Amino acid sequence: MTIAPKAPRKLTMKQRYEALTRDLDWDPSYVAREDVFPHTEFEGIRIHDWSKWEDPFRLTVDAYTKYQAEKDKRLYAVLDGFAQSQGHLSLTEASYLNAMKLFLQGVTPLEYQAHRNFAYLARHLNGPGPRFAALCQSIDEMRHTQTEIHTLSNYNKYYGGFHNYLEQHDRVWYLSVPKSFFDDALSAGPFEFLIAIGFSFEYLLTNLLFVPFMSGASFNGDLPTMTFGFSAQSDESRHMTLGLEAIKFLLEQDEANVPIVQAWIDKWFWRGYRVTGLVAQMLDYMLPRKVMSWKEAFELYFEEQMMKGLFEDLAFYGITPPRHVEDAIGEKEILSHQVYWVLYQFSHAAAFTTSVPDEEHQQWLAETYPDTFERYYKPLWDKERKNIEAGGRHFVRGLPQLCQVCQIPMAFTEPGDPTTICQRESVHKGETFQTCSNGCQWIFEREPEKYVQAWLPVHQIYQGNCGGPTLPDVLQWYGLEDGDGGEYKGSLDDRNWTQWHDAADHSHIGSEA
Amino acid sequence: MSTTAATRPVGVDIQESETNRSVVEAIEATNDGCTVQHMPGLVRITAPGRLVITRESVEERLGREWETHEFQLAIVSYFGHIKEWDDDEIVIAWDH
Repeated sequence: MTIAPKAPRKLTMKQRYEALTRDLDWDPSYVAREDVFPHTEFEGIRIHDWSKWEDPFRLTVDAYTKYQAEKDKRLYAVLDGFAQSQGHLSLTEASYLNAMKLFLQGVTPLEYQAHRNFAYLARHLNGPGPRFAALCQSIDEMRHTQTEIHTLSNYNKYYGGFHNYLEQHDRVWYLSVPKSFFDDALSAGPFEFLIAIGFSFEYLLTNLLFVPFMSGASFNGDLPTMTFGFSAQSDESRHMTLGLEAIKFLLEQDEANVPIVQAWIDKWFWRGYRVTGLVAQMLDYMLPRKVMSWKEAFELYFEEQMMKGLFEDLAFYGITPPRHVEDAIGEKEILSHQVYWVLYQFSHAAAFTTSVPDEEHQQWLAETYPDTFERYYKPLWDKERKNIEAGGRHFVRGLPQLCQVCQIPMAFTEPGDPTTICQRESVHKGETFQTCSNGCQWIFEREPEKYVQAWLPVHQIYQGNCGGPTLPDVLQWYGLEDGDGGEYKGSLDDRNWTQWHDAADHSHIGSEA
Repeated sequence: MSTTAATRPVGVDIQESETNRSVVEAIEATNDGCTVQHMPGLVRITAPGRLVITRESVEERLGREWETHEFQLAIVSYFGHIKEWDDDEIVIAWDH
């Protein structure tokens, strides 16, 4: 009788993590530690013991690659099926894709920037735990960039607005909002970046940013986007954990870190919140089939989970809710309306289309926003209806003043007064700078040297840096083509959509676009 | 503070799928007082203070081996703090 060889004893997750992630670190013997990690002191953060950093996921490279590969396989099976079955024709309406155009132009390039900066953290943080967690996140962000591009490239075969997102991200006025937000974080130190992106963006605001897009996709027949969204979100839960571990680690390491971290939370909450204005209008105005209103999303994902959950937990360390959070809460019934009204009037210079919300849509808005819609915003649409009946859907031909910090046109109103535009002025070295809110003004005045350097699209046009002095010059420089922007009704997407759905013979679809 | 870590809700959002049905059932069975809510494409489970996912209870319902790492394929988002994630269980709770 032969005795079967004993199965090799499997290491537990904890032991594997210790052996394969933590234990691969070493102490430099002939180079000073501060020369190996030169970037982790200048921000004033004090770290005494890097080994105290926890990674609850206990990721090792083998487990990481195994599950990421599985996620990709599942996603690409869906993408193939959707493309093979002409899935784009089962969307609720072509106008739904405006949300996805905005996503590809505004968010996908940020994923790539996140990939870059997490790769930097994976090199420059002193501890092996956070270095490996940052490395995984860096690879995740690259995966998100690629899967988003692959997913949405299928629509590029049939619809406008998808073809030049990378160049547009660097050039077009509304895209400078997300771009400048992320550039602000990239040009900060490693710890501020962790609080800016890892904590404020990935933990505080991620659900507001991503879940509405994904649920919108789910309700509007966009199977591939829903699938990439959930696939990316499953990584996101790891990123949330990295952000939360980062903040707890900094707060536990030294009491002197608390005021520094608090100021970063104050700054980055407001920076991130302003970017979510684009999500707010997407939820309330761009989705043909509604999922939840911005107000509901804000109450659930921010007020319930963050204000009543997270910040009660962080109070233990002496952390208070972000400065200006009351202004954000006070805006929840007006934000989406104000942002969409701006986009509506400027979509002739955008790579998405807009339209007056129809009767049913306005009814929903009135029911969802009983205190604000009929009082402040319906009159604008009524007036615009009359314009259209008289043959003149309007676009603003002038250029708006932009906020020096968030770069959104100055259309926001005074806290508590939805009828007065909020305009803050600060003087720095004899020059006057405009900001849109108490939050943005506070951020500007805290670091004026940084924000006076902002690349403001409107200023740049006036300085002659955007292709020329006329509107067609600028639009050409933006890489916009016929069918990318303007009014949705009667647009190329709208006409194709109607024609494709009326046609008995579908074999030609796509060849005319 | 008006709430404590013991009662303040924590929660997890899970993708709605065939495999995850067993995971959701396991969580429901393991956590007294949890609330399950169906949203487009996902299932949200919340519980006061603490939410536990055990390997054993998932395997029982799934009828095969299931390592806790596999939960990464199910999770979409969560709120709370991941206090523990080892071979046998995943625990989401607030610290303070």
